[in-house]
Amino acid sequence: MTSYWKDYQKEIADDNFFIARSCIRQTFFPGAENVIIDILRNRLNINIIEDPDHTTCTGIGYHGDVVPLDTIMTVIARQFSIMQKNGLENMVISCVTSFGIYSEILDLWKHHPEKKNQIAGYLEEATGRTFIEPKNLVHVSDLLYKFRHEIAKIAQYKLVNQNTGLPLKIVDHIGCHYAKIFRERGIGGSEFPQVLKGLITVLGGDVIDYPERRHCCGFGFRHYLIQENRGYSISNSRIKLESMKPFEPDMIVANCPGCTMFLDRWQYTLEQMDHSVYGKDGNKIPVISHEELVALVLGYDPWEIGFQTHQVDIEPLLDKIGVKYNKDEKYVIRNRRVDAGAHILCGITVQD
Amino acid sequence: MSLLDQVKADIRFTEACQSCINCGVCAAICPAADYFPYDPRIIMGLVIEGNEKQIHDLLSSEDIWYCGQCMSCKPRCPRGNSPGTLISILRSVSIESGLFQNSEQGRMQIRIKRGIGHNILETGYCVHPFRLDPKQHPELGPVWEWMTRNNGEVYTHFDDSFNQEGGRLLRKISSQTLAELKRIFDISGCRDLWNQIEKCQVPDDPGRNTKN
Repeated sequence: MTSYWKDYQKEIADDNFFIARSCIRQTFFPGAENVIIDILRNRLNINIIEDPDHTTCTGIGYHGDVVPLDTIMTVIARQFSIMQKNGLENMVISCVTSFGIYSEILDLWKHHPEKKNQIAGYLEEATGRTFIEPKNLVHVSDLLYKFRHEIAKIAQYKLVNQNTGLPLKIVDHIGCHYAKIFRERGIGGSEFPQVLKGLITVLGGDVIDYPERRHCCGFGFRHYLIQENRGYSISNSRIKLESMKPFEPDMIVANCPGCTMFLDRWQYTLEQMDHSVYGKDGNKIPVISHEELVALVLGYDPWEIGFQTHQVDIEPLLDKIGVKYNKDEKYVIRNRRVDAGAHILCGITVQD
Repeated sequence: MSLLDQVKADIRFTEACQSCINCGVCAAICPAADYFPYDPRIIMGLVIEGNEKQIHDLLSSEDIWYCGQCMSCKPRCPRGNSPGTLISILRSVSIESGLFQNSEQGRMQIRIKRGIGHNILETGYCVHPFRLDPKQHPELGPVWEWMTRNNGEVYTHFDDSFNQEGGRLLRKISSQTLAELKRIFDISGCRDLWNQIEKCQVPDDPGRNTKN
C-alpha cells in the first residue's frame, strides 16, 4: 500500500469557523483554549464563533464503551445543527479525540447514508433540530500549520536557545486519533506527521525523530478511567519518555489535550515512584500544546497562557528562549495571591 | 440472531474486518499487547473463523477489554483492517448480550457508566474539574489539588465566565441543553445500554470508585 505526500495534504478553509471546545483541554489547561481563540480572532483575523448550546462530543464515553454509536452520532448531528444555526459551514475542533469521532462519523455516513437518515430522525424526535454536514472539518493544529508563516512573521521569540544560539530540540507528539484513524485527514499522515513539525520548524526549532515517536501516550480510555488499570497508561508514557531521553529534548509539544496532560503528569508520578527523570541535568521535560507554543512565541504572558496549570515547571524553557516573565506572579490570581501553600507543593517557594 | 450475525450487523464491521491475513503487524504495534496478555491478531482470526462457540467465549472473556482504543493498528494494517474498531463492536455485543458480566474487566463498565456517563448527562462534559477528586487521582499532582480548591477559583483567572450559564470557559450547560442530551440518550439506545450495565451488575462488585 504505497502512499505519497500529496495524499496527506488536506483542504483547510481560510475563514469562518464554528469552534468545538474540548472537555479535557478546558479542565486541565484552561488558559490554552482561551488564548488560541484570541490569537485566531485578533492576530490572524479569522472569524471564530462559539455557542453556549454546544456540549461534549461524548467521545470518552464512546471509546469507554458506555455511549453507543447511534447516540454519539446523534450528539454530533446536534453539534452540526448548532453550527448551521450560526450560519457557518466550517468546523474547527480543539480535541483530538473529538476530531477522530467527527471524522469517523462523517465517513460512516458517506458509506451508509441510511444510517445518517436514521440519526436525523433521532435528532428531530429528541430535539426538533435538523442539521447539515460541515463542508470543512479541521483540527486547531491544522489552522496553526496553515498560517505558520504568518505566525512566524509576528512572533516575538524564536525556538532557539539564547545561551547557545542553537535551535531547541523538540519532541512533537501527535495525538493518535488525529491521523491514525484516517491518515488522509492529518497533514503528513500518521507515519511522517508534519502538522507540528512544520509549525515548529518555521518557528526556529528542531524536531527529534526518536524511535517511539509514533507510540501512544497511553491514555487507553477505560484503562485510565479504571484506577486498577492505570498502570497501562503510565507504562506507555514511560516507553515514550525513555525513548526520547537520550536525545535530551528541551520540550515536548503535543496537539492533543489528553496527551499533553498524561506526558506532563506521568513525569511527576514516575519521579515520585522511582525518581526517574527524563530531561537533561535532572530536570523534567516541559510539555506544552500547539496553542501554548504559538501564544508563547507571540509574547503572551506565560501565566495568562496557563503554564502554571502544568505540573512540570516551565521556567527552564522560558529561560532558554529568553521569555520575560515575573516568577512571583506564577500563582497570582487576579492580582492577588491565593493559597500560598500551593506554591511550596508545586515546587516553588514564594516569599509573601 | 447469532452472536456472529450481531457482530457483522454493525455498520463498522466492513471497515473493521475486511481481509485479514493474520500477519500480526497489529499485535506488533499494539500498546495493549505490550502490557496485557492480549493479541489483536488472534481476535481477528477468531471472528473470521466464525465459530459461534468461540465467539461466545470471546465475548465472555477478558481479552476484548484490554485494547486501549489508540487505533495504532489501523494505519499499519497492510490490508486496511481496523482491529481497534472490531473491538468496539465486540464490546457492544458483549454488553447487549449480557456476556460482559462473565469477565472482571467487563464488569468494570459500571464504573465508567456511573463516572463518565453520569458526567455527560449531569454537566454536559465528559470531564469536568468538579468531577475529578484529587484523592482518587494522586497522579494529577499537587497542581491539580491547587486548581480544584475554592470551587475552581483558579479558572476565573483565565475567564470570568467560568461555570456561568451562557459563558465561555467550561460554561455551565443550560438545563434545556441537558434535557436535549437526555432525550437523545433515551431515544438512540444509550438508556437501554445503561440499563443493561446496571442490571448485570454482580453483587460483589457494587461499582466502587465510581467518581472518576
